[in-house]
Amino acid sequence: MFDSVLTIALGAILINNFIFSQFLGCCPFLGCSTKIDTALGMGLAVTFVMGLASAICYAVNMLLIALELEYMSTLAFILVIAVLVQFVEMFLKKSVPSLYTALGIFLPLITTNCAVLGVVLLNVQNNYNFIESVVYGITGGLGFLVAIVLFASVRDRLQFADYPESFDGFPIALVTAGLLALAFMGFSGMKIG
Amino acid sequence: MNLKKQFTEGLITNNPVLVQRIGLCSTMAITTMFFNGIGMGLSVLIILTCCNVVISAMRKAIPNDIRLAMFVVVIAGFVTIVDLLLQAFVPALSASLGVFIPLIVVNCIIIGRAEAFCQKEPVVPSFFDGIFQGIGYTLVLLCMCIIRELLGSGTFGAGVFEIVDGSFRAVLDGSAAGIRIFPEEFGATIMIMPFGGFLTLACLLAAMQYALRKSAEKKEAAARAAKVEVVKEAAE
Repeated sequence: MFDSVLTIALGAILINNFIFSQFLGCCPFLGCSTKIDTALGMGLAVTFVMGLASAICYAVNMLLIALELEYMSTLAFILVIAVLVQFVEMFLKKSVPSLYTALGIFLPLITTNCAVLGVVLLNVQNNYNFIESVVYGITGGLGFLVAIVLFASVRDRLQFADYPESFDGFPIALVTAGLLALAFMGFSGMKIG
Repeated sequence: MNLKKQFTEGLITNNPVLVQRIGLCSTMAITTMFFNGIGMGLSVLIILTCCNVVISAMRKAIPNDIRLAMFVVVIAGFVTIVDLLLQAFVPALSASLGVFIPLIVVNCIIIGRAEAFCQKEPVVPSFFDGIFQGIGYTLVLLCMCIIRELLGSGTFGAGVFEIVDGSFRAVLDGSAAGIRIFPEEFGATIMIMPFGGFLTLACLLAAMQYALRKSAEKKEAAARAAKVEVVKEAAE
């Protein structure tokens, strides 16, 4: 039990990192990574939503299987995620207003983050049980957090770099992300146990 | 209605990937072979066109506050239809694209076009917008696939084209081996890895920025020349 959880956790954070090897969640990864602070906030919010979504969608999936409505899963999951994000937003606004203002517009955008829907779909595809699903959700989010913080700190240095003018902005950011992906490939041979 | 303008916007000047920079996840993730690119591109084209038409037809009935939720429900419906059809009729594509077919629900291109275009425009322009934006997306995917596949494994059109006994053949079930341009061991496997995806897209975006800047400079130079002409004429 513990072994499988550890395998999932290490796999999600390092070996099959959501950004660098599965390309899930690239939009916020490229969009909200100009400052380390916002990157950190975004990463934490995504981790939280991914963990919670994994848990709730596990139950929803059980319900759909019981009702023989598996083909509705995509629709059901995206609605659950949208409601969940809305709920998290209202909860933060009431109880932790400082974090709410810090995250600002990034919060509602988590709904359309493909990492969140992706983790839920992968949980179903991999037949994970409840604990494995939640662990995969949280550690997948942590992998996203590691990736976006690393990327934001590299991006900070880019203003001192001398690259061709046509690469200004997005293209050079993608090259940077590519180099980080190359570094993360070093983990790909890793085996646990 | 201006078809020609919509056509150039969708394919070049307002290309969803290269200019609007949306839908990047799928663009980088699935472009490892020609078959994936064309399958994903056509799926998005069909879903985008259907969603555009439906959302545009309902645009007066959708309350502004809950429009995003309504869009998502419409999109998820069409994505589920396409997903089930692919599973039934092209299982190879469904297996090879994996979660990226259901993930079209959160592809920013579709929700972005709904928000930016369909909720203001009538049905017919929205229909053509869906087709042209879809073609623009497909073309970028195919470009990426061709570059990555050629450099990575030395073939062209894997899954779709092949040459058997000297005759050219095109299949739709993803079983074709592709046309070999150079031996496989000369290929740089890294181009098929995630790094290749990031790098190829970066180069395409940079090329697009270069082209747009050049054309803007040219226009500016022409405008300046025209102004000088006018001043000269006035002086004479």
